[in-house]
Amino acid sequence: MSEQLLQVRGLTVRFPRRRTRLLGPRPWLTAVDAVDLDVADGRSVGIVGESGCGKSTLARAILGLVPSQAGQVDWRGEPVRREEANGLRRMRRELQVVFQDPVGSLDPRMTIRESVAEALLAIAGPVPEEGVATRVAESLAEVGLDPALGGRYPHELSGGQCQRAAIARGIVARPRLLVCDEAVSALDVSVQAQIVNLLDELRRKHGLALLFISHNLAVVRHLCDEVVVLYLGRVVERASRDALFSAPRHPYTRALLAAVPHPDPSQGNGAGRAVVVGADLTPGQVAGSPSGCAYSARCPLADATCRTQVPNLEDCGDGHRVACHHWRGAPTLR
Amino acid sequence: MTGHPLLAIRDLTVEFATPRGTVRAVRGVSLDVRRGECLAVVGESGSGKSQLFLGSFGLLAARGSAGGSVRFDGEELLGPDPAPLRSVLGTRVALVFQDPMNALTPHLTIGRQLTEVVRDRGLLDGPQAQARSLEALRAVRMPDPEVRLRQYPHELSGGQRQRAAIAMGLMTNPQLLVADEPTTALDVTVQAQVLEVLREARDRGLALVLITHDLGVVAQLADRVAVMYAGRIVESAPVRELFAAPAHPYTAALLGSVPRLDTPVTARLAGIEGQPPPPGEEQPGCAFAPRCDAAVERCRNLRPTLACDASERSWACHLPRHRPGAAP
Amino acid sequence: MAGSTPASARSDGGQWADAGYRLRANRAALAAGALVVLLMLAALLGPMLSPYALDHVDWSLSPLASPPSLANGHWFGTDSNGRDLFVRVWSGTQVSLLVALLATAVSVVIGVGWGATAGYLGGRVDGWMMRVVDVLYALPYMFFVIILTVVFGRSLWLIFLAIGAVGWLTMARIVRGQALALRQREFVAAAVTLGLPAHRIIARHIVPNVLGTVVVYATLTVPQVILFESFLSFLGLGVQEPLTSLGRLVAEGALEMETAPWQLLAPSAVLATLLLALNFLGDGLRDALDPRQG
Repeated sequence: MSEQLLQVRGLTVRFPRRRTRLLGPRPWLTAVDAVDLDVADGRSVGIVGESGCGKSTLARAILGLVPSQAGQVDWRGEPVRREEANGLRRMRRELQVVFQDPVGSLDPRMTIRESVAEALLAIAGPVPEEGVATRVAESLAEVGLDPALGGRYPHELSGGQCQRAAIARGIVARPRLLVCDEAVSALDVSVQAQIVNLLDELRRKHGLALLFISHNLAVVRHLCDEVVVLYLGRVVERASRDALFSAPRHPYTRALLAAVPHPDPSQGNGAGRAVVVGADLTPGQVAGSPSGCAYSARCPLADATCRTQVPNLEDCGDGHRVACHHWRGAPTLR
Repeated sequence: MTGHPLLAIRDLTVEFATPRGTVRAVRGVSLDVRRGECLAVVGESGSGKSQLFLGSFGLLAARGSAGGSVRFDGEELLGPDPAPLRSVLGTRVALVFQDPMNALTPHLTIGRQLTEVVRDRGLLDGPQAQARSLEALRAVRMPDPEVRLRQYPHELSGGQRQRAAIAMGLMTNPQLLVADEPTTALDVTVQAQVLEVLREARDRGLALVLITHDLGVVAQLADRVAVMYAGRIVESAPVRELFAAPAHPYTAALLGSVPRLDTPVTARLAGIEGQPPPPGEEQPGCAFAPRCDAAVERCRNLRPTLACDASERSWACHLPRHRPGAAP
Repeated sequence: MAGSTPASARSDGGQWADAGYRLRANRAALAAGALVVLLMLAALLGPMLSPYALDHVDWSLSPLASPPSLANGHWFGTDSNGRDLFVRVWSGTQVSLLVALLATAVSVVIGVGWGATAGYLGGRVDGWMMRVVDVLYALPYMFFVIILTVVFGRSLWLIFLAIGAVGWLTMARIVRGQALALRQREFVAAAVTLGLPAHRIIARHIVPNVLGTVVVYATLTVPQVILFESFLSFLGLGVQEPLTSLGRLVAEGALEMETAPWQLLAPSAVLATLLLALNFLGDGLRDALDPRQG
């Protein structure tokens, strides 16, 4: 039975919004709304959704970069206490992150080697100097970078190379879980494939667990064992990879899958013929409705119940969970 | 109806003067865009796909210069006379860029920006311009178009802004729309709507150039595809043939790198080793040779030129993967 | 092996090299830089070239204040007390530059530390720290200096302390702005997730990345300090005998403007040239380093 590395329960992140009225309660934007999440040892969990769904905010809240207003994060069975000074330290030793912008996530004034070494020293504590150099070189080689490139600065390397360096920095201290926040979104297609392959390889080699946040469903399908779909801060569906892609039950998941254009001209997949289904929020638009299902505004199946009652995540069998009042009637897609 | 293509680019080169010498972003590209067809120009960073069209329409940054010939409906745009280009750009040719926030002026309402397009050139008067802008917004399926006219760009969502930018392009009823990564910054569901808008425009007779790296979008929208690598076209073909039987190893590798939803999950994506060469690097042989798994000595020494066959396919490779013209 | 090094990835020293290129292309800035160096050299070597000492009174002249002449070796003439102006101008330049450089150094150290910390920490700490800056800015600075001078007497150290105490304010504001922007960058988020304490992040990630801006504004602070010291001297609050500064010389020269114009001309010319050159250089540096990079 593999250990639960990360357990998130009811995590809520809210941002204060500008007041339109002088008196009365302050309006809030709920970016993440009572999200539950589990990542077991060695498993790869994908979080998908479009802009405004809160996936990046969720990742940042888990990492402690953004404060949360409610909910609990447990690391390996013990609660992570963010209020305490060292509360996050235990988790941070074993949980690392790779960000979206390959060049921007590395300090422009430090060489690659220095950036990776800093990570090693910060997490593993003081290590003798030769030890550092060896570990850094090993890490660089592991991600497919010529260790000689260690003396270069980020702007001297390509996007793909920088992202490899960022991954090297992420794995140098041998974490149990690597959070990838849109880690391949800013890369060229051919380079994206390399990095996806690299992550997959690292998973297999080190039993590394992944929390992979992306808007690219095809990449998530390739890399993840389980998938969580977010819409306007709420989990709308959660299932194993195969179940989600072959038999999605939530209307939003179906719409999302239907909208992805296939790289196959003979298959017109009807992309775009549906009506507006995505969130496509205008700035200042309040995320979600105060009552009822967040998706009811756009859902073709929405009825009065949907608009007044928030659907809870229900189990439809085999660990596949959906938050929809009408999931039972939904035919399977393929 | 004349037989010549709407846009004919011949031997276009784009160079930039930099502290480290001259950088050539586009090295002698020729292509045609026919009326009512959608041509997709596909490439990764450094391929020159954007500079190709910026250069063709005189929109290069300060230190850039373009050489070669660009004929729009028979008239030369890059000649010594700037008049043809000025008269064509913004009226018969519209350009839409990736980030709509940059294309739209933040301090003017959408309505004002739309009407300006036609009023500045004296094409339409006030009420006509207003009517035309409403029409354009409807053509891009903008929700609540009357309301949008009075709104500012920052009040619109990303998808709405991109549609507004396309609407601006459509104001003058252009014959050609060049869209550079129009959906890259958009969510996939919003992208689907924008693609539908572009498809409808093409069905109405608009010629479309789609510059993108997203092969899914290409497959759904394009009639013909030109693949660029390191400043040159390496392959060009009708869309079905390109996807079914790519001739150039780069095209094949690119297709293999894209993860898909409709095929079984394989263990490894067929990525391409290495990275695209930065613009300005001159290689003696084929630019793709360092990354090509089928490269031989000849590939490294002699740059392959573009060969064509009767079925409108062309490829620049000494050892094309499939013999174009033969059954795949 | 996947991801092997392409031949194109050359090491080139980075953005400093790019900046160096842009600076070299800026003729005005280069000329200004050369001029600054020249003036500094003149300040160092000038007094040694002349046969006269700083406060040697040349009784052979009649009247004591004599115009510039090559014959008697007083190349800039003499002041009302018969002291050689050539030596005094360059000695004064030394003092002005010394005060400026030291005061600028102090303001850089305090300003960068204060601003980087406030900008990085943000929130309430930032609020309070910058309120302090705002309050100090609002102080009637002249009164402050005058009172200090009255209480502690006029000394070089007091001058430079007083100037340094205020000079750091602008630097702090500028650095704080940069730090606020840097805080949003992903490499700072990466450092936070490593669990690095705030002071380490500020020292290792924030400060090195604001250095470009700091260099620019430090170069622009130097002339401001010189001018300020000159102003103090003009008011009679500046450096004391036997030391002199450009400001003092200008003040003294102004009194004799009608009868002995050379006494005003020489120090003013040097002062104006120095200020102009430093400002040009600072502008050139700012253009070259374009703070948006890196």
